[in-house]
Amino acid sequence: MNTDNSTVTNDPKLDSPCDPEDALIEIKDFNFFYGTAQALYDLNFDIPKQKVTAFIGPSGCGKSTLLRSINRMNDLIDGANHQGDIVINGLSVFDPLTEVISLRKRIGMVFQKSNPFPKSIYENVIYGLRVSGRNKKGELDQVVMESLKGAALWDEVKDRLHESALGLSGGQMQRLCIARAIANKPEVILMDEPCSALDPIATGKIEELIHELKNQFTIVIVTHNMQQAARVSDNTAFFYLGKLIEYATTENIFFNPKQAQTEAYITGRFG
Amino acid sequence: MKRFFHSELETLKSHLMLMGEKAGDAVKKSVQSLSDKEVELADAVIAGDDEIDALEIAIDQEATRYLTLRSPVASDLRLLTVAIKASHDLERVGDEARNISKRARKLLLKSGLSGDIYHIPQMDLLAREMLRMALQAFLHEDPEKAYAVLEKDEEVDECNRDNVKAFIKEAKTDPNEIKRCLDLIFISKSLERIADHATNLAEEVIFLTTGKETRHNLEV
Repeated sequence: MNTDNSTVTNDPKLDSPCDPEDALIEIKDFNFFYGTAQALYDLNFDIPKQKVTAFIGPSGCGKSTLLRSINRMNDLIDGANHQGDIVINGLSVFDPLTEVISLRKRIGMVFQKSNPFPKSIYENVIYGLRVSGRNKKGELDQVVMESLKGAALWDEVKDRLHESALGLSGGQMQRLCIARAIANKPEVILMDEPCSALDPIATGKIEELIHELKNQFTIVIVTHNMQQAARVSDNTAFFYLGKLIEYATTENIFFNPKQAQTEAYITGRFG
Repeated sequence: MKRFFHSELETLKSHLMLMGEKAGDAVKKSVQSLSDKEVELADAVIAGDDEIDALEIAIDQEATRYLTLRSPVASDLRLLTVAIKASHDLERVGDEARNISKRARKLLLKSGLSGDIYHIPQMDLLAREMLRMALQAFLHEDPEKAYAVLEKDEEVDECNRDNVKAFIKEAKTDPNEIKRCLDLIFISKSLERIADHATNLAEEVIFLTTGKETRHNLEV
């Protein structure tokens, strides 16, 4: 471990766990501001396709801000602005020609608190398709089945697809939200603390699901649960005070981190 | 619920079993080289020790990785601590087989090995049987079989004591035989140590399956 406390590398490409050929998301000289308050500083790193990348760090370190920048959820916040760029599959998410709605179809999102619509299970899954004007019953039925199977929920709800989604358990609702996200066949799924409100069994199911989904999707997950980051992710990025301190394979981050601040944080000796 | 990473524990167990089989086979060949007077067998054991060493490293790395990433508890955690210790015991078994082979090689090339080797073949059979039982106990998580291994250790110790007495007597009778007798005493001691490592493995299996400590004659 490097005991040098200057720590902030800001050039993690030097030691990136992402082969440039595998990069799906490129974060380039990215700075983010809430009004005049800077939340993210000079971020430069790539996120590989079909891997799970975890963002960890204490509250306020900027990990959720970065996550929400990837699908421009921060556009909804007054005064929010950025410098630099985020490029997904060669296309800038901030390009004036990029339509936010189509961008968010390419980038699904699952939130800390599950947020099913007050509609049936079926309608929740195909909500994105309906918005796109796709209404063929045969196609929709197929998407519902595939998405619910993909979210490991089909067997539990196949006999009550037209009942309200609000009658599901917390863990089922969260998997329904994942089904809704994958129904649009996104390139990326962003997960912001997806298990923080779930019990260990429901958490286990979501973690299993994440492990399955990475065969098809690129997943970025924000979590405060160190063990969860270790279990589910391939690569981990540690943030502190808006800066990327260390980015490496999850095995290296949790077994032999190079930065003193990373070591202090993951061993609970921070602060 | 079986989690995606539980298969990693099965892989770890299979590597440990493979290591145990290789170590047991090395012991068999090392003593066979002596009793059948085949230098080539001794050479093969010496050359094959690297494979056993590599498995020790692989098992330690797999166990450490699991400890780092999977937050194991209870029987999973005990399995990992046991795997790390057991891999060390099996690596030592491989080293003892290599030591026997080196001495056998020396004896065969120098003198062609004449004279009695007393209980050495019997110790070989007993030690390997203990090792086989300990590995089976590990594979099937069978504490009864592990306890049975502990009971056999005294037999091997007794053979070793008898061997030492016999070889010392021979050396006293004919000082020209001192070097040969010393080599055979060390070989006997190596087999006694192999039985001790099998005993350690059995104690580790008892801890794994019951959570009880039986090391150093303490039952906690």
